[in-house]
Amino acid sequence: MTMMNIIEAINSALQLEMDRDDKVIVFGEDVGHAGGVFRATDGLQARFGERRVVDTPLAESAIIGAAVGMAARGLRPIAEIQFLGFIYEAMDQLASQAARMRFRSAGTITLPMVVRAPYGGGVRTPELHSDSLEGLFLHSPGLKVVMPSNPYDAKGLLLAAIRDENPVLFFEPMKLYRFRKEEVPDGDYIVEIGKANVVVDGSDLTLITWGPTVPLAVGLAQKFAAEEGVSVEVIDLRTIAPLDVDTILASVNKTGRALIVHEAVKAGGVGAEVAALISEQALFSLEAPILRVTGYDTPYPVGGVEDDWLPNAARIAGAIRQIMSYA
Amino acid sequence: MWIQPEKQPLVETFQLLDVDGTTHGEMPELTDGEMLDMFQWMVFARTFDERAVRLQRQGRIGTYAPFSGQEAAQVGSAYAIEKTDWVFPTYRELPVLWIHGTPVKQSLLYPMGAVSGGAVTKGVNAFPVQIIIAAQTLHAMGSAWASQYLGDKSVNVCYLGDGATAQGDFHEALNFASVMKLPVIFFIQNNQWAISVPRGRQAASRTLAQKAVAYDIPGIQVDGNDILGVYKVMTEAVEHARSGLGPVLIEALTYRHGPHTTSDDPTRYRDADEVAMWMQRDPITRFARFLTARGLLDSAKEAAMREDAEQRIGQAVIEAEAEAKGTLPEVFDMVYGTVPRELERQRDEAATLLAGKAQMAAGTAPVGSGASAGPGVNTRTSAQTASTAKGE
Ligand SMILES: Cc1ncc(C[n+]2csc(CCOP(=O)(O)OP(=O)(O)O)c2C)c(N)n1
Repeated sequence: MTMMNIIEAINSALQLEMDRDDKVIVFGEDVGHAGGVFRATDGLQARFGERRVVDTPLAESAIIGAAVGMAARGLRPIAEIQFLGFIYEAMDQLASQAARMRFRSAGTITLPMVVRAPYGGGVRTPELHSDSLEGLFLHSPGLKVVMPSNPYDAKGLLLAAIRDENPVLFFEPMKLYRFRKEEVPDGDYIVEIGKANVVVDGSDLTLITWGPTVPLAVGLAQKFAAEEGVSVEVIDLRTIAPLDVDTILASVNKTGRALIVHEAVKAGGVGAEVAALISEQALFSLEAPILRVTGYDTPYPVGGVEDDWLPNAARIAGAIRQIMSYA
Repeated sequence: MWIQPEKQPLVETFQLLDVDGTTHGEMPELTDGEMLDMFQWMVFARTFDERAVRLQRQGRIGTYAPFSGQEAAQVGSAYAIEKTDWVFPTYRELPVLWIHGTPVKQSLLYPMGAVSGGAVTKGVNAFPVQIIIAAQTLHAMGSAWASQYLGDKSVNVCYLGDGATAQGDFHEALNFASVMKLPVIFFIQNNQWAISVPRGRQAASRTLAQKAVAYDIPGIQVDGNDILGVYKVMTEAVEHARSGLGPVLIEALTYRHGPHTTSDDPTRYRDADEVAMWMQRDPITRFARFLTARGLLDSAKEAAMREDAEQRIGQAVIEAEAEAKGTLPEVFDMVYGTVPRELERQRDEAATLLAGKAQMAAGTAPVGSGASAGPGVNTRTSAQTASTAKGE
């Protein structure tokens, strides 16, 4: 065990898997010599050489398209998109190529590739550096979307992603990169993709969230339990595609109330999908409307106002009280 | 039989003003006054850049992308165009924007994270700062298409970096522009690095200028630290584009002295010798030598220019810091021409929350009182909250 933050946990997973399997190759903008703009790939080029840790030209579509070609040939490419907002550049290669290759080839070609990208707000970035775009990929069948919220999960999920036979998008919450260190096993372990984590047990309300808002939700659950006698169960989805519907339903059937919190914009988001699944399959357990606290339906705003735009403690607490007000 | 790149004639670097400050070749048509004015812009730009980095270190502005070292490329190119022409900047072309008419204050509001930071100044033909590498190449091309269609004789100048030439967008823009003979100038500031990746890793071709060949348009590599050379080349490119002969590609060889942005550490990937070598080629020192030799400049005059720049920049900082940075509700009005109903509702909710926050800060409301209505449901409570907010 070593105390690690998320960045170190990711670096540890990459190193471990590159040691284990020489088919794994890491590439992207600035990932090699400089070790990535957040140092996630720090030291990898020195250790594994320039053939396996590669600084590419500045071209996202080429980066993802290359991963498609490589993965089809038996390599295990791990491509980095420097910030998730730049993934629009590679949208065609992801949504119309990587996601569909298995289907297109009638199951004969699989693409064991991983795309890593930082995302998420509250860190005062320039435009398009903070956007949460997981909804786009939930809407593209064929991809898996993984979004860890702590160092232990980050390492275990990344190892699972690299060994997965399908294209996996691995989105890393920027705000949590160095948020907190925790004990992480040095060796090999897996956190299963597609399994949500019940972080806090509760009986009155289910709060479903993922990524950067998880610590906020956990803090609020503790506060509500201590100060207002409301028992909030917090579920960290960890994986957006495939969604762990069973864990969500089991919890909502128990609590009878659901709140979904995410940083991405509201309209057509992952929260809408979760709410629809709950109303389809657990409507009669519900004692209150399902609410969402999300980013507003505007492009991610400038630094001066982002704290008000994001789902913050005041907004989430307001929603919890509103749901609880349906006696 | 084969086209052999190594057998093609080498692209030579065009230069008028060398490091010593001596000139060779035919000078552009510039008066002494104009040359001094250009020099003053360079000094102003350098002074601003140094000040902005300090402001970032003091936490008074956010992430900032310095351009010191690139003043000749920026001032020289911007000086050659008319107010009626269009410019398409990245995050680094602040001097170009000022010369084209943007107030300096605006360049501070942007990294301050102000809601109005991205606003394009009325009457200035420029696009907002572009973050997505090479996206503006296509906009410039499209705008050039509009210029051609409207017959307004305006020229479109697209700024980009060496890294941007690796993007598909760049190639698509050049191809369209060439096929349609559009009045657009692609001005590459090859500052040798795209964050940590060297120019040689963006393209294996010997120059970026030669990329013009594949699109059958004129291309040139110019010493980007030679302001007279840049100005001359740019003037000719503008003439070419304006007269309907189609696009031009310019590669200006230059160097960024500092980090990529204030969050970057260039010592991780650049060695000191390289930086020192380029410092010797500093565009301001070089032009100063030339102007001094001509008897147009002395150190007292230069110091006065710097002093004047400090003053004007200090004033801009004061103005920018005094200006309201805006609030979240304003953001909603910027998304569509007319705010859709649901977005209006979200704006009202945001306004209510803000009002609650302000009250709480003032200590007038108990924590978590009615102000924090949850989103999304048409209950009586939230409808009431929304209408109160609107009534305020
Ligand atoms: C599509 C896209 N990919 C990546 C980035 C991140 N990024 C910002 S600047 C930069 C390097 C740009 O280099 P260059 O085009 O040479 O311009 P310079 O910054 O040197 O002026 C990168 C990779 C981005 N902004 N947009």
